[in-house]
Amino acid sequence: MKKKTLTALKYLFLIVASVLSIFPFFWMIISATNSAREVNAGKLTFGAHLLDNLANLFHSDLAFGASLANSVWIAVITTVLALLISSVAGYGFEIFRSRARDRVFNILLLSMMVPFCALMIPLYRMFSAAGKAGFAGVGLNTMFSVIVPYICTAFLIFFFRQNTKSFPKDILEAARIDGLNEPGIFFHMYVPVMRSTYAAGAIVTFMTSWNNYLWPLVALQEPRKRTVPLILSAMGSSYTPDYGMIMAGIVLATLPTGLIFFFMQKQFVAGIVGSVK
Amino acid sequence: MNQTAVAEKEKRPVPRAGEGPGGTGRHTLGTRLNRWGWAFALLSIVLISIFVFAPMVGALVMSFQTGKGVNAHFGGLTNYARLFSDRTVATALSNTLIYLVVQVPIMLILALILSVILNDRNLKGRTFFRVAIFLPCITSLVSYSLIMKNIFSNDGIFNQMLIHTGLPPILWTTDAFWARILIIIAITWRWTGYNMIFYLSGMQGIEPSIYEAAEIDGANAVTKFTRITVPLLKPVILFTTITSTIGTLQLFDEVQNITQGGPANGTVTISQYIYNLCFKYTPNFGYACAVAFIVVVLILLLSMVQMKVGGKENQ
Repeated sequence: MKKKTLTALKYLFLIVASVLSIFPFFWMIISATNSAREVNAGKLTFGAHLLDNLANLFHSDLAFGASLANSVWIAVITTVLALLISSVAGYGFEIFRSRARDRVFNILLLSMMVPFCALMIPLYRMFSAAGKAGFAGVGLNTMFSVIVPYICTAFLIFFFRQNTKSFPKDILEAARIDGLNEPGIFFHMYVPVMRSTYAAGAIVTFMTSWNNYLWPLVALQEPRKRTVPLILSAMGSSYTPDYGMIMAGIVLATLPTGLIFFFMQKQFVAGIVGSVK
Repeated sequence: MNQTAVAEKEKRPVPRAGEGPGGTGRHTLGTRLNRWGWAFALLSIVLISIFVFAPMVGALVMSFQTGKGVNAHFGGLTNYARLFSDRTVATALSNTLIYLVVQVPIMLILALILSVILNDRNLKGRTFFRVAIFLPCITSLVSYSLIMKNIFSNDGIFNQMLIHTGLPPILWTTDAFWARILIIIAITWRWTGYNMIFYLSGMQGIEPSIYEAAEIDGANAVTKFTRITVPLLKPVILFTTITSTIGTLQLFDEVQNITQGGPANGTVTISQYIYNLCFKYTPNFGYACAVAFIVVVLILLLSMVQMKVGGKENQ
């Protein structure tokens, strides 16, 4: 009897938690198909305004279409460069361990503790100065300025280093005997073997970049250079926000990460948890 | 260089291929591999130095400067002295500490309870519940903030439901107390599932036989939780506590997009105040850097305390 009540309570708790978790998604999707007025009236059923909302979104003077392209480019380039640089580093720190390098690695790890709000101002001045000095393409309001601070993070190096521990080391010896040089070993043996680690790392990096808000907000002040989160935020803070249109935008912004999650759940979770083990 | 190569030899038993029988052959391979090691790590060391360590030093230097732009000059401790009389700093600090003290424990305990329940292999619908509770993690901070802002606006769907059930509506965005609660609800919604994933993965490392043995000894669910699950998960709990603390101390996106820090700075955070000092009011970079160092010091202090507490109980 007591056990039955306990089980019932357990399921009740889970159901309540799940409903609370899912409701905002439900609300987002429903609202994306309703007009602003219907959203404000609390309509809880699908409407017929999805296409209108999308049209408003892309025709608004906030250039949502351009921001979508900006976000895709920034996230893709950041991911490719970050994976390359961090995996090379993670491999270098784990395969060729030395006391000096371990010490350097620990110092690099400290960078994870540094709050971004302390870096934001010097970074802003640095890129501003670079732009004013006439280096075209590297100042503020460039893709370069939002990509380059994120192409190497201690988190990702740590992630690759941890996963490199499981890399079969005897392959290395065999390859060296065969006369392959170290970069050759890295690209021909390590990269193919570590595919799933790369997938997990790619997911985390892409998501972080895709969703990044504070630094792009500071670095990209020119309207047409902005990314999706900046445009959504600007739409949300207007005096009379059109929530039908905003929710349609949020659905589009969530779609890539949602698809990655549903199709690559295992790597998705591995990317989040991977570095703790 | 030679010294590190020797040190490396003592520590690293791995790549021995190609080592000659004589001492010299060994030495050259060690040196060669050591050079490759530095070469592989070099770019990352340079990049992190340029984009984290150098700005960090830059911020420290700037925090001692007063005056605007090119007129900036050394001002000693002026900025730091000003911190103590700045009421917005006090408000931002107390708001941040409220989020920290209230939200982090609620979220982590909730995540722990959920993972204990969801770790049960015989539970029906286990995958569904896991996915449902993890789902908020796929949203970006801006996106979910706007969804929350809409749901909890004064005449939003939540208040409409309250009125429907005969309850008075809650002034989420115009009452500072409720605005803070709203921020806490929002963050908890977004991050509980995230932390749960860490606990669930930690629990997979716990042998089921430990629980079986405890059951034979007559342990109930609560005893099993406090005596087995929590102690064995201590490193993971410590990790989630530290990351949540660091995240809360840097809170920006949610507050900026849900309440804009209002009403009347009722929800403002330190990161947001720094942003405002630089890009909303007349820019004062030096003072903003001094404010930023509050966060740096707090992160260092709290992480040290947490590691000490977590470490002690480990023994």
